[in-house]
Amino acid sequence: MARIIIPTPLRKFTDHNRNFTTDKDTLAEAIQQFVEEYPDVESNLLDEDGNVRSFIKVYIGDDEVDPNKNGTIELSEDTEVSIVPAIAGGC
Amino acid sequence: MTNWENVEFSSKELGHYSRHLSIPEFGMEGQKKLKAAKVLAVGTGGLGAPMLQYLAAAGVGTIGLVDFDVIEASNLHRQVLFGASDVGRPKVEVAKERLQEINPHITINVHETRLTSDNALEIIEDYDVVADGTDNFPTRYLINDACVMLDKPNVHGSIFQFEGQVSVFNYVDQDGERGPNYRDLFPEPPPPGLVPSCAEAGVLGVLPGIIGCIQASEVIKVITGIGEPLAGKLFLFDALNFSTRTVKVKKNKDNPLVGEDPEITELIDYQEFCGLPSINGEQEEETESEVPEVSVKEYKSWIDRGEDVQLIDVRKPYEAEIAEIGGELIPLDDILDKADKIDRNKKVVVHCRSGQRSSDAIKKLQEKYGFDNLYNLKGGILAWSEEIDESVPQY
Repeated sequence: MARIIIPTPLRKFTDHNRNFTTDKDTLAEAIQQFVEEYPDVESNLLDEDGNVRSFIKVYIGDDEVDPNKNGTIELSEDTEVSIVPAIAGGC
Repeated sequence: MTNWENVEFSSKELGHYSRHLSIPEFGMEGQKKLKAAKVLAVGTGGLGAPMLQYLAAAGVGTIGLVDFDVIEASNLHRQVLFGASDVGRPKVEVAKERLQEINPHITINVHETRLTSDNALEIIEDYDVVADGTDNFPTRYLINDACVMLDKPNVHGSIFQFEGQVSVFNYVDQDGERGPNYRDLFPEPPPPGLVPSCAEAGVLGVLPGIIGCIQASEVIKVITGIGEPLAGKLFLFDALNFSTRTVKVKKNKDNPLVGEDPEITELIDYQEFCGLPSINGEQEEETESEVPEVSVKEYKSWIDRGEDVQLIDVRKPYEAEIAEIGGELIPLDDILDKADKIDRNKKVVVHCRSGQRSSDAIKKLQEKYGFDNLYNLKGGILAWSEEIDESVPQY
């Protein structure tokens, strides 16, 4: 099953789980399944239109993908999806 | 780096740098480039402290330090340039002392100020490389934009709890190809409050040490030209499961600085861009608060006179474990649900760490339930510790 790597800022909404495995075949379905599993993630990950927020990038492997463009980005058994939000700490 | 060929070293310097000189790829040329280089570190805190120690030790000839902050006890678990006896002193002052001790052969320039749109271009202009170790989005976008306008590489590091990110932005490679910048990666900052700061969310003390050292390594690579800098890439580190990933950063045609239709041609108001009140606005708010306030001395006088006052603490439970002054704990997130615990018939003082969250709590209670007997403890538990009872820990 494909795996979504959950970034630290979202882990407080995922019972501190760092990964989410999905049996879905497309990225859009996987993200939907992810926010259904952890409803508090939704408003932090997605905007009012259901699109991934502009300060968050989504990668498959090391390539950026745009999950908002279409729902046809396919996931395979060993796909690793990284959600990468902007963080600003340095102090 | 310009004019490095004519750089010379004393015998003491040659001894100091001998282990660099013996690396074939680095050698005398690399060391000369380091000595000729000028690096500006914005922020001398968690990321800056480890990074600066290595840059100084390595022999970067001129290092600029930008910071307006003073050292607090809560800095010491990660800001390893500073010790307990330095609390209360300006960070740049102590950093300069330590760095000159590490390497007396280099020059340290101190800029004890907040980097702003008014001074950023003037300060950055004199340097070859900028290392961003700041702790907020407005300054990160400011540094990015200034570096693009001045054609300087920006070595970026950022951290959150257990996770760190590093990249080299606006880097021009040997073929003259310019890499992406921060706005290519993140066109917009998160809305205020969505991504908590280190002060709110905490940070594993060793994490900025790891990320800051990687920044130092990238700065040295950019200066000397050895290896492949993290340009066009974002390095991700998670200390919890020791995972490292490196993902690609692509240029964005809509980048407002260097995209197809650039809109930003001069530095802007970055507080406004990030949806935050202006720095001056914050200061004005401090003098003209929106909610009734009480100073710690005045509140102490109420208690001493035996007045019946209820004290509400709106911090998180873990904060109350660190320091408390006898308040009833109702965290800010729960304040509206537990408003029935707040007395309406006597003075109620609301406090947090520094006074911001308690002010927010009072506004919520006033708006939803019409409370008119609430006072914000000005400066919070920090002010209490400073002015009333120094045995209360500052954090």
